[in-house]
Amino acid sequence: MAIKTEPFVLNMGPQHPSTHGVFRMRLTLDGEVVVDLEPIFGYLHRGIEKLVEGRTYAQIIPITDRLDYAAPMSNNLAYVLAVEKLAGITVPERAEYLRVIMAELQRIASHLLAVGSFLNDCGAYFTPFLYMWRERESIVDLFDMVCGQRLTYNYMRIGGVSHDVPDEFLVALDKFVGRMPFFIDEYDQLLAENEILLARTKGVGILSKELAINSSASGPVLRGTGVEWDIRRAAPYSIYDRFKFDIPIGSVGDCYDRYRVRVEEMRQSVRIINQAMKQLPPGEIRSEVPPLLRPPVGEAYGHIESPKGELGFYLVSDGSIAPYRLHIRPPSLINLTALRDMIIGWKIQDVVVVLGSIDICLGEVDR
Amino acid sequence: MEIDINEKQVYSSTELNKVEAETIEALRMGSQQVIPDPDEWLAQELKGNVLLTTVDFFLNWARRSSLWTMLCFPACCAMEFMSASASRFDLSRFGMEILRASPRQADLMITAGTLTWKMAPQIKRIYDQMAEPKWVIAMGACAITGGTFAQSYSVVPGYNHLIPVDVYVPGCPPRPEALIHAIQMLQDKIAKRKNL
Amino acid sequence: MALTLSGEEIGAKLEEKFPGSIVESDKDSFLVRSEFLLPVADYLKDTPGLDFDFLSYITAVDYYEYFEVVYRLTSLEHNHSLVMKARCYGRDNLSLPSVVSLWRGADFQEREIYDLMGISFDSHPNMRCIFLWDSFEGHPLRRDYL
Repeated sequence: MAIKTEPFVLNMGPQHPSTHGVFRMRLTLDGEVVVDLEPIFGYLHRGIEKLVEGRTYAQIIPITDRLDYAAPMSNNLAYVLAVEKLAGITVPERAEYLRVIMAELQRIASHLLAVGSFLNDCGAYFTPFLYMWRERESIVDLFDMVCGQRLTYNYMRIGGVSHDVPDEFLVALDKFVGRMPFFIDEYDQLLAENEILLARTKGVGILSKELAINSSASGPVLRGTGVEWDIRRAAPYSIYDRFKFDIPIGSVGDCYDRYRVRVEEMRQSVRIINQAMKQLPPGEIRSEVPPLLRPPVGEAYGHIESPKGELGFYLVSDGSIAPYRLHIRPPSLINLTALRDMIIGWKIQDVVVVLGSIDICLGEVDR
Repeated sequence: MEIDINEKQVYSSTELNKVEAETIEALRMGSQQVIPDPDEWLAQELKGNVLLTTVDFFLNWARRSSLWTMLCFPACCAMEFMSASASRFDLSRFGMEILRASPRQADLMITAGTLTWKMAPQIKRIYDQMAEPKWVIAMGACAITGGTFAQSYSVVPGYNHLIPVDVYVPGCPPRPEALIHAIQMLQDKIAKRKNL
Repeated sequence: MALTLSGEEIGAKLEEKFPGSIVESDKDSFLVRSEFLLPVADYLKDTPGLDFDFLSYITAVDYYEYFEVVYRLTSLEHNHSLVMKARCYGRDNLSLPSVVSLWRGADFQEREIYDLMGISFDSHPNMRCIFLWDSFEGHPLRRDYL
């Protein structure tokens, strides 16, 4: 005899330790099984797209730091690329290399946070998180050396970067990228084949290839499904066409694949930094750009492969010192489109695992 | 046996009245002095003793040395809070490593991040649910005045519009050292609290 | 290397297929009449050789006389992209057909435009505010919102 159960609604968030910020989900449960999910956004909606309309192009760079606060360097890079495209500014060689080094270090830092908190959500309470935070602190120290800030770097400038790196930076960077592969091996020894981790993530929250493309997923979420799509390769920006690197992809698109893609991407980032360090030329770090930049009337879209996915800035200029319109393409928000399909049918404890594997950052989701 | 009603009356009503009057009079005579208030009486008993101040000190010492923090991390400052509580800056040196997801188990709220009007009812509710005594540290520019986003249409210009704040930490975001300094200032503040 | 398709070429092709659908086109983008938006989008998505299977983003720009909605389409297979635009005239009761039936990725972005710009999308499954609360007055991203 089938036992009838009554569905009930459970509110998860916005104040919840596993939603990575102030994300809220309204779950409809049948016993332990999720039968419906409605994501609710806006608890960190700060109106960034409106605020920037009253600022000059250079003044917007600090605001982009606060978008995806797990990866401010990537946001800076995407924004300055869009402005440079709009105004037709060229960037000196050395600055391009420094940008690539910073962006790839930031990718490692962001993935360390993503993987650490994902494993935290899986139940490995804080141990892997603290291991990965140790390396994240060394990256933060490197950033601290070049721009004096630990989190909101404001390092990229339109036409270059703000400061040249100090001499000790390259020594410290060399030391760091020399050690990093061993640390990644250490994480893998601890967790990659762990029985509990496999049980909780293998086959959980499967996203099909077709749905991932149709719902505009990008970054590790898309690559986890087996689509080899990376903007660094598909539409090389900056000087990414000069480096050799692989694009790690998953096979079935479950939580485990997304986790593995992130770990492998860290190894590839180390590879890129190693090449960039060897090729780093001397010279200027910034081209001459007027402080009150007036780009010609028109529009431009600059996009990069940020740690979360395709981060893009769509700029419309009316020829004045402030942008007429700035739209941010937020990878975190768009990656959540398929969240409902990934979670329905799974149990309540799998919700945090699937959400952790998508790796959202609420500053970017709500803007 | 026939019961004589009059035999049961041991005392006549006149005599009873007389006894009652004597009781009232005795109480009246005994209540001419005001009974001292319990506190003053206690102070008289323990005059010259330092026990009361010791209780204050002891309570404050216990409270300030194990502040349990409410997880209230809307935005960017949460990253620096995580840095502060991770192994390098090691907040647990100050008795703070326990983070609570439930407001009923916490006595310190570190408001790390921008507050929007949509989130404001939740923050107010979390604060109301925390058990007394409770303290609030406003971490970062957004928590103090709205910071970079103060002019925005959806941002609350400072947590102190909603809840009382004890310590303000400036910075966007404050470095972990600044947060630790703020916590030490809060501990100093708690040490001066009068409990009794 | 990604190829940005010319709006003029694609626009001419579409004009041939759907007469009267294209208002204007330049080298970066083409402007489609709003009643032809869905058939044109469907054609772009399913025609071999174009295969625009990935919707990069949708956004809206307020030009006072009209609102311009920008669709950036990408083909992961051929690695090329295209910008399609549509316009709504006026300030009140604006609407455009929704493309959620073609690209699920439009879901939250169309709700965002509805919330912040005040353009509603017909036949969207869940056309409600996304970021602001229900009783919020006005649409903040419009140029006349102060």
